[in-house]
Amino acid sequence: MLHVSPQSTSAAIAKGEVLLNVENVSLRFGGVKAISDVSFDIRKGEVRAIIGPNGAGKTSMLNCINGFYFPQEGHITYKGVRRQKVRPHEAASSGIARTFQNVALFKGMSTLDNIMTGRLLKMKRGFLWQCLHWGPAQAEEIAHRETVERVIDFLEIQAIRKTPVGRLPYGLQKRVELGRALAAEPELLLLDEPMAGMNLEEKEDMCRFILDVNQQFGTTIALIEHDMGVVMDLSDRVVVLEYGRKIADGTPDVVKADQKVIDAYLGVAH
Amino acid sequence: MFYRETGQFKTNYADDMAIFPIRQDRIGLALILAFAFLVVPFVTSDFTLKTIMLPFLALSVAVIGLNILTGYTGLISLGSAGFMGVGAYACYKLTTIFPEVNILIWIFVSGFFAAAVGVFFGLPSLRIKGLYLAVATLAAQFFLQWAFVRIPWLFNYNPSGAIEVPLRTLFGVPITGPTASLEVKYLICLCFVVGMTWLASNLVHGRIGRSWMAVRDMDIAAELMGIKLLNAKLMAFAVSSFYCGVSGALFVFLYLGGAEAGTEFAIRLSFLILFAVIIGGAGSMIGSFLGAGFIVALPTILKFGLPAIGIAITGATAEKIVLMIIGALTIYLLIVEPHGLARIWQIMKQKLRVWPFPY
Ligand SMILES: Nc1ncnc2c1ncn2[C@@H]1O[C@H](COP(=O)(O)OP(=O)(O)OP(=O)(O)O)[C@@H](O)[C@H]1O
Ligand SMILES: [Mg+2]
Repeated sequence: MLHVSPQSTSAAIAKGEVLLNVENVSLRFGGVKAISDVSFDIRKGEVRAIIGPNGAGKTSMLNCINGFYFPQEGHITYKGVRRQKVRPHEAASSGIARTFQNVALFKGMSTLDNIMTGRLLKMKRGFLWQCLHWGPAQAEEIAHRETVERVIDFLEIQAIRKTPVGRLPYGLQKRVELGRALAAEPELLLLDEPMAGMNLEEKEDMCRFILDVNQQFGTTIALIEHDMGVVMDLSDRVVVLEYGRKIADGTPDVVKADQKVIDAYLGVAH
Repeated sequence: MFYRETGQFKTNYADDMAIFPIRQDRIGLALILAFAFLVVPFVTSDFTLKTIMLPFLALSVAVIGLNILTGYTGLISLGSAGFMGVGAYACYKLTTIFPEVNILIWIFVSGFFAAAVGVFFGLPSLRIKGLYLAVATLAAQFFLQWAFVRIPWLFNYNPSGAIEVPLRTLFGVPITGPTASLEVKYLICLCFVVGMTWLASNLVHGRIGRSWMAVRDMDIAAELMGIKLLNAKLMAFAVSSFYCGVSGALFVFLYLGGAEAGTEFAIRLSFLILFAVIIGGAGSMIGSFLGAGFIVALPTILKFGLPAIGIAITGATAEKIVLMIIGALTIYLLIVEPHGLARIWQIMKQKLRVWPFPY
């Protein structure tokens, strides 16, 4: 199906090696410390969950990874290259795609066009060809449309292909947003609460898609999720944040048994 | 009953991606074009050609231009008339300096001058949005208007301060200037409009159009799809101003035949073009034509149509009523139907598709 083409920016990374390394990252907003000295890594091919209570700094962490925020301290190394200030579009061209906690679709566009935007970086025909929409430009458009149709089939959203996404129910919007990220054929997929606000059936579908993406295409996934059952089922390793600090890191079983994690989730005062 | 897509199966993506996927729409478009080229110039009175068709065609290019910027990219501009003026003066200077080059080429090339000016005034759009951007483009409008009056080089030091459109020919037939016939001017305008509409609809349906709409709908996510916001916005300014520039050149050379651009390309026209975009439908090519048609036809209908059916109305009153109607309609549509007349047209088509059995 979708084939993941390794980006040529650095040496290809084998499964199981470190794809992304977060070292001692701290992020402040004025006086608010959103992230304090957090380190963890994401290995190629794994599903890495990031969990923690509300306001723990999970979304901020993703924002650092894809360049919306610049941490004041610490470094992020991606594919063996320590990054300076990365802009979001640079993160995108290095193979990082993402979905948002509050759906960030292009509301005025159809499902198809939304997912087609995932292919933008791979479309190369210049302005004049675009004006003519003919020959190479049309061939390119058709080639990418075929990939997008495969994403649409994969996510089982054929029926809403031409619907403006603003009119879709929330659960389907989340699915389209996943489709848009998948269409970019990312190496690292960041999912910010992909199942929030879904009913059980929709959640099961979404779990299945995430697992399939990971297993069939070998895409590395960083997953923020509040539903512990989902996290324990899907993820290979879990990092737990609380008040911007890392309080635990390991396999789901280890993390589940960790006293600090239990306290954090039960809200025990320190 | 007859307007539906039953039985029209698309067997490849090229057909499905076509701008008019339904066959009846394509036939309709062909009929409209045939009518516009073969019938209108021969049956329409000179009065209608002069007061409705020519300004409608010239302005619709500017409305498409602003629609690209405002409707597709979500950036408001009040400088459209200024950019039209840049096109008009550029064309005037070019054809006086190089009279041997055909005027049609200069009309097209003058768009590039407007595009350059538009990009310059579009630079703030990376930092500011919405109302603030509107104010910044308003500054562009006033600056340009000032330049049109204060730099006599632009109008070749004419004592009247106006552009006087010279006679220019194509294959020996006069196409601009006082001796050119209205029919010829109309056909030339029409060719520009058809060609530029085709280019614009190709653009908005492809990669570039999608990146514009992405920037409009959610700029954060657009950046994450790899879109460079500055590039996308400046390209929208460039294309939009290009269209305005060509429109301005058409407006002066083929419709007015001479103009004091300081007064023609004033802020009032900028507003009218913006209202045309809103009334016609932001983010719709058909809407651009509906909007342009509306703002051009309404004054004429009130001024000449009402007296013809026996309602006495003075020109000045009509003028005021026009502004009131356009203002009221703009506000109404902004609140009730942000996609304007084009959306209403679409709903009617949708009804027609399932008629007579809507369930
Ligand atoms: N742009 C910002 N400006 C100021 N403070 C911010 C900003 N973004 C996040 N914060 C603060 O940083 C802290 C961490 O927020 P973040 O959104 O990362 O939490 P989260 O773990 O994703 O929570 P949730 O589970 O509610 O999504 C919060 O205290 C929040 O108020
Ligand atoms: Mg969050």
